[in-house]
Amino acid sequence: MLSERLIQILMDSFWKILLPGLTMTIPLTAISFFFALIIAVITAMVQFANIKILKPLARFYIWVIRGTPVLVQLFVVFYGLPSMGIVLPAFTSAVLVFSINEGAYAAETMRAALESVPAGQMEAGYCVGMSWWQIMQRIVLPQAFRTAFPPLSNSLIALMKETSLASSVTVMEMLMSTQKIIARTYEPMALYIEVGVIYLLFSTILTKIQSIGEKKLNSYGYQKG
Amino acid sequence: MLEVRNIQKSFDGTPVLKGVDIDVEKGDVVAILGPSGSGKTTLLRCVNFLEQADSGTMTFDGETFEFGHVSRRDIARIRKKTAFVFQNYNLFRNKTALQNVTEGLIVARKIPKYEAEKIGRRMLEKVGLSDRCGHYPHQLSGGQQQRVAIARAMATDPKIIFFDEPTSALDPELIGEVLAVMRQLAEEGMTMLVVTHEINFARNVSSKVVFMEDGSVVEAAASRDFFQSPREERTREFLRTILGDSAELPR
Repeated sequence: MLSERLIQILMDSFWKILLPGLTMTIPLTAISFFFALIIAVITAMVQFANIKILKPLARFYIWVIRGTPVLVQLFVVFYGLPSMGIVLPAFTSAVLVFSINEGAYAAETMRAALESVPAGQMEAGYCVGMSWWQIMQRIVLPQAFRTAFPPLSNSLIALMKETSLASSVTVMEMLMSTQKIIARTYEPMALYIEVGVIYLLFSTILTKIQSIGEKKLNSYGYQKG
Repeated sequence: MLEVRNIQKSFDGTPVLKGVDIDVEKGDVVAILGPSGSGKTTLLRCVNFLEQADSGTMTFDGETFEFGHVSRRDIARIRKKTAFVFQNYNLFRNKTALQNVTEGLIVARKIPKYEAEKIGRRMLEKVGLSDRCGHYPHQLSGGQQQRVAIARAMATDPKIIFFDEPTSALDPELIGEVLAVMRQLAEEGMTMLVVTHEINFARNVSSKVVFMEDGSVVEAAASRDFFQSPREERTREFLRTILGDSAELPR
C-alpha cells in the first residue's frame, strides 16, 4: 500500500511540516496563551472584586467572545478591519484573536478557581494586617492557580490545535504548509494524517509537561484543605 | 482597653445584635457564652470588622470609632493591633506552619525575614510545634492547625486576641491541647475575648463571663460570681442545662 514514492513524499515533507510547527504553531500558541492568561487574570479579578463599571464590561466581553466562532473573529480582524483602514499582518491578527478568544475562556476558569478559595483565607489575611492586594498576590491567587492549572493546561492544548485555523488567514503554520505540499503531490490522505500525527506529538508533549507541573505543585503542599 | 457600646447588626432585616455592650480591661480573659444563634460570633466578627455592624461605638486602645463610619485606614490600623483565631483555623493553605506565622510580620509589618522567622520559631515552640515548622496545613491535625493559628495570632504582639469558638471544630481528644495553649496564654497576661462552648474554660481560666441570648447580653459578671451566684433566672437555667444539678455547687 505504501509505495516507495509515498514513503519518499512523507519523509521529505516531515521536516517541511515540522519546521513551520516549530517556527509558527508553537510561537503562535505560546504568545497567544501568554496574553490570554494576562487578560484572564485581570478579567477574573475584576469580577471577583466586584468592581462597579468594569464587572459588567467583563461579562460583556466574555459573552461576545464565547458566543461567536473563532473563525469569524479571525475573518473580522484580518479581512474586516482593513476596510476601516486598520491593516494588521497575518501573524499579528492571529495572535490578537487567539489571545482575546482564549482570554475569555480562561477568565471563566480563573473566576471559578478564585471563587473556590474559601472566604476564610481572605479573612485570615485581613486579620494578620494584610491588604486586599497583598492577600490576593500571596494567598488567594497562588491557590487559585493551583486549582486552575489542570483546566488551563487543557485550554493550552486546545489552543495549540486551534491555531490551525490561522491557515485561513494566510498564516503559514503547519496545516497550510501541509496543504501546499498536497497541492504539489496529490496525496491528501497520507499528508493530512502526517500533520495530524505531528499535532498529536505536540499535544503529547504538552500533556507530559502538565503532569510534571502538577506533581511539582503538589510537592509544595498546595492540594487538599 | 476595649469598650463596645450599643452595637447593633441585622442580617436582611433580622436583628442579630440588639444593642450589646462589652468591656474588656487589659489582661482580662472574657468568655462569651450562650446558645447557638445568640449572636456571639457575629459580635466578635463585627468588633474586628469582618462584618460591618449597623451602629454603635467602640473604644479601643484610646481611640473611639463609630461602627457605621469607620474608614478603611482605621480598620487596617485596628487590625494590626488585634489578632483573630477562627473556628476552622483558616491557616493559609499554600504556606507552611512557619510561613503562616511570619506572613503577617513580613508582609504587613515589614519586619526583615530572618527576624520574622526567629519570632515565628519562638511562637511555634511556645505552642509545642517546633518540629512542624515546614509542614503544610493539610499535613497537620486539627489541634495542631489551631495551635499554629494561635502562634500566628501571638506573633504580631497584639493588644487583644479574639477567639471564635476555637475548639468547636476539633475532635474531642484534640480539644485539650488547644485549651492548654490558651490557658498558658491567659496566665502570661494576654488580653483575650473568647467565644466558647467550653464551660470549664470559662469557669477556670476566664476572669469575666458574658452570657448572651437572642442578640442581647443577659448577664455579664466576674467569672466566679457568674458561676457561684448568677443574678438572672435565665442564667441559672442555662447553667443547669449545661452543668446538670451541680450548677449550684461552687466549682
